[in-house]
Formats: sequence, C-alpha cells, structure tokens
Amino acid sequence: MQYPSKLIEDAVTEISRLPGIGKKTALRLALHLLKEEESTTGSLSEALINLRQKTKYCKMCHVISDSEDCTCQSIRKDGSIICVVEDTPDVIAIQNTSQFYGYFHVLGGIISPIEGIGPNELHIDSLIDRVKNSDGEIKEVILALSTTMEGDTTCFYIAKKLKPFNVKITTIARGIPIGGELEYTDEITLGRSIVQRLRYDLEGD
Amino acid sequence: MHLENLYLANFKNYKEANIDFSKYVNALVGNNGSGKTNLLDAIHFLSMTKSAFNSMDSQSILHNQPFYSIIGKFHQLEKEIAVSNSLTVGKRKKISVDKNPINKAADLIGRFPTVLIAPSDHELISAGGETRRRFIDSIISQFNKTYLIQLIDYNHALKQRNRLLKQFSESGKIDRDILEPYDSILLSLGNNICNMRASFCKKYLSKIVKHYAFLADEKETIGLLYHSSFLQDNYKDVYLTSLQKDIILQRTNIGIHKDDYIFEMDGYPLKKFGSQGQQKSFLIALKLAQFDIIQQEKGFKPILLMDDIFDKLDDHRIQKLTEMIEHHEFGQVFITDARPERTHHFLKKLNIEWKIIAVDNGNLTPQKAS
Repeated sequence: MQYPSKLIEDAVTEISRLPGIGKKTALRLALHLLKEEESTTGSLSEALINLRQKTKYCKMCHVISDSEDCTCQSIRKDGSIICVVEDTPDVIAIQNTSQFYGYFHVLGGIISPIEGIGPNELHIDSLIDRVKNSDGEIKEVILALSTTMEGDTTCFYIAKKLKPFNVKITTIARGIPIGGELEYTDEITLGRSIVQRLRYDLEGD
Repeated sequence: MHLENLYLANFKNYKEANIDFSKYVNALVGNNGSGKTNLLDAIHFLSMTKSAFNSMDSQSILHNQPFYSIIGKFHQLEKEIAVSNSLTVGKRKKISVDKNPINKAADLIGRFPTVLIAPSDHELISAGGETRRRFIDSIISQFNKTYLIQLIDYNHALKQRNRLLKQFSESGKIDRDILEPYDSILLSLGNNICNMRASFCKKYLSKIVKHYAFLADEKETIGLLYHSSFLQDNYKDVYLTSLQKDIILQRTNIGIHKDDYIFEMDGYPLKKFGSQGQQKSFLIALKLAQFDIIQQEKGFKPILLMDDIFDKLDDHRIQKLTEMIEHHEFGQVFITDARPERTHHFLKKLNIEWKIIAVDNGNLTPQKAS
C-alpha cells in the first residue's frame, strides 16, 4: 500500500502489529485519530504507556493487578482451595460465575514443547511452593485448563508434582453445555459425558 | 451415488468446462496431455478435498489465473447435492456441501467416496512404508471417524514428544515427568489404532484374496502382513526402554508411526518375488477390495476412477473387469484411454449404459453414447 505520509505509514505499521488488525483497519484507525481532538490521542498513548509500565503481577497468584499484592490476599476468601488457570481472562470468567470463592493461580500458559513452552516458562514451581508452604491449609487444587491435549498434558504434569503433598486434585467437569441439544453435541464430548456420567439424585434422598 | 454434472473453472488445463455424465460407464478419450487424468483428479478433489497426485493445491490452478473452482452435482439418496471446492491465490481453500461451508476435511471425507486405480498405484509395492500407511489410513478414515480423530491426536502428541526429545538432547537435562503424559497418550492411542489396523487387515485380506483369484488365473496364495511393534504383548516395555535411543536420535523410534504392511505371494514378499503381471493383478485386487469394504461400510457404491487401465492390463484381466462391470458390481465408473478406437471396441460389447467424452486440450465434448 502507498501512503501519502511517512508518519501515517509508521503509525499503520505499528498498529497493524496488533492481533486481528490488518493494514486497512490500521489505516482507518490512524486516520480516525487524526480527525479527533489531539487530547484523545494523548490520553490513549498515556494509557498504553501506563499499561505497559505500571501493570504488576501479583506475587502470589500471578493475576494482572495494580499492585504486587493483589486483592487475592485482602478479600475474604476460602483459603483451602486453589483454582489453577492458564491466563488472566480465565480468572475473570470463573469469577463471573460467582461459584468459586477460593484463590487463583495463573500459570501464564500451558505446556507445549512445539512452541517452546516448558514447565520452566510457567508459574508451576510457585504453585508447588504455595501448596508446600501452606502447612496443610490448602486442601484442594482445581485444574481449570483448556480441554486440549496441551491442557491435559499440563494437568498431568502438575498432578504429578503435587502428588507428594496431601492435597486433593480435581479438574473441571467436561460434557454437554447447559441448554445444549444432544444431537448437536460433538461425538467426543458426548462420548466422554456418557463414560463419566453422574448419579441422578432426587432432591432430599 | 453418482456424479451427474461437473463444472470446472481454471482447474489445471481446463479454462472452463461443464459436462453431464452417465450414471454407469463414462469413457474419457483423448491424447496424452489432453486432461483426462486431470478430470479424474477433479472428482478426487470433490471426494477427498485434495489431489490424488499433487499435495500443492495452488499448483492445480491454471497458469496465470487467480483461482480454480470445481463444482460437482452428486445424486445421493434421491437428492441432488452440490459439492464445491475452490481456491483463490493467497487464500484458504474453500469447500462447501450445498452451500454449507466445510471447515474440517474429516467432515467431508467419506461422504462421497471414490476409489482410484492409477498407474502410480505401483508405488504401494515399491515405495516405503509411509506410502502404504497413508493408503490404509485413507481407507479406514473413510468409514471410521474415530480412527481418523485418534490418528490426528497421535501424530500431534508424537510431534510434541519429538520436540521434547530434541530439547532434552540439546540441554542434557531429562525431565521424565513431562515426558510421561505424552507416553501415556501415544501408548493408549497407539494401542487403539494398532487394534483397528489389525482387524481391518484381516477383513481386507479376505477381500483381496477373492479379487485376486478372480483376476488372475494362477492360484498363488496372497498375504497381507501387518507389522507393528504394538502387536507384541510387551509393547509398553519396548516403547519405554527405547528412551535412551530416542533421546540420542531426537525422535520416537517405537510406535504405530513405524508400522508397515507387507504384501506377500506364496509366503514371499511380492515386492521382490512377484512378476510384473502378478504385481499388477495384486494392485487391482487391492483397489477392488477397497471398493468392497467402502461399499460394505457405507451401504452404497463408491465412484470408481480407472486411469489408463487398458495400457496396464492384458486382455484377460480386462475381460474380467468387463464381466464385473456388466454384472453391475460397480456403480458409476470413469475410464480414461488415449486410444478412442480401443475404447469404442470395448464399450460396444457392453450391455450397460455408457458414454464417450472426448477430451481435447481442456475441452470436453460428449460423443457417442449407448
């Protein structure tokens, strides 16, 4: 693409580095910023620079946070249970369910040798330390990772490392989505939910 | 099931072509290089999503054109179904069935099955194990989706494990805990795949034997031996004790990705001891047995594509194939031939509907029909 100005070209090159944004969208965004008040671009740049420079990761659970001691320590929570997730968006998703009141632990990815991600690139050691140093306070670790081969491999590895400690290890259930129709469910999920079926209890029994 | 109509645009040497086919025998006649095999390949594209001969999709586009498009109208269960396969330079290949996009090859493979008999089949005997594995895998995948999915997963885990071995070898540090999940996937999926391959081979062999006996006058004993390290009772130990070697070589040495199938005649390898004629009969029997299995599993007849078969077979075997066509053992058949008079001579003896289509430099002209 030919650009009328070197400044626009530089901006387009930078913006189009972002995921999901091509050259055309980048150009549209750049031109949009030029039309807006100068202050708009100023506050955008400021927010971006602050984001990059001031964002902290909680020392304990590795969630993105404003300080190194995130709310995971101050808010009253169930300290006996830790939910292990791949990344921060998973924390938000699980928090939104309002079904979990324990601590989180963000791994920062999952094990995939092809992509060069091994256990050392992830926050696995700090999870083991958390369990080890809790003096038995942590009773359960929930592995809430993707249901892919890489997710399963990571679960296996963590479970193996946690084995010496007296802690219950669970994984999130996998099966038919709520409100989903059986006939449209893929065969693997359906097969698995048949194999791992649940006892149907009548209320009060 | 049969193919009623085929539309091609910028596909290989076809600028644009549109042709109706007979429900039974279609003979494509024309000089070498006129586009007969390309037409069979177009049908293969509709059936298997890709070329039978060339793995580079972009090379199927007519020179200096921006795209190719293949649209076939199949007749299946009293309904007409349009399958389309097209590629624009620099984009992803688009496949659709009745305008519904198909994103995974596994969702199309097996719906419009074909069996191709081509001169290149000889590689099944002469080439390495990978060619035979791919051939057997493609047959089983056409009727067993679980097999296909497990095979894809196995290969994915294998790639991950091989990368780990490479990292171990480079760093000199071995972490068995991280290796273990891949071992357990490869062992359990490998065992499933091995069992499915073994039971398939048993079924397949009985059909090959039947067809070979019909095609050839000689009465040799045909064998199909399935070789797999996973057939041994102690395959787990064999796999696990190979770790040191795996690390040195930076790849997994034991597993179903090393399987092979040995074709035998009277107890000796066909590759070394079979005559040209015996090998040819065997290859045709292999393909006809594939036809039988797909028909049995699917409940209908696949389309039979026979490329240059007259040049490869003697009169006796051609006579045998003719008998099978006449006894309606096949459904729709496509035959290519460079010599029109020979084809015509062959067809006029048939008491079944046929159609001759002249192929000339990417142009298709219907000629005689019965």
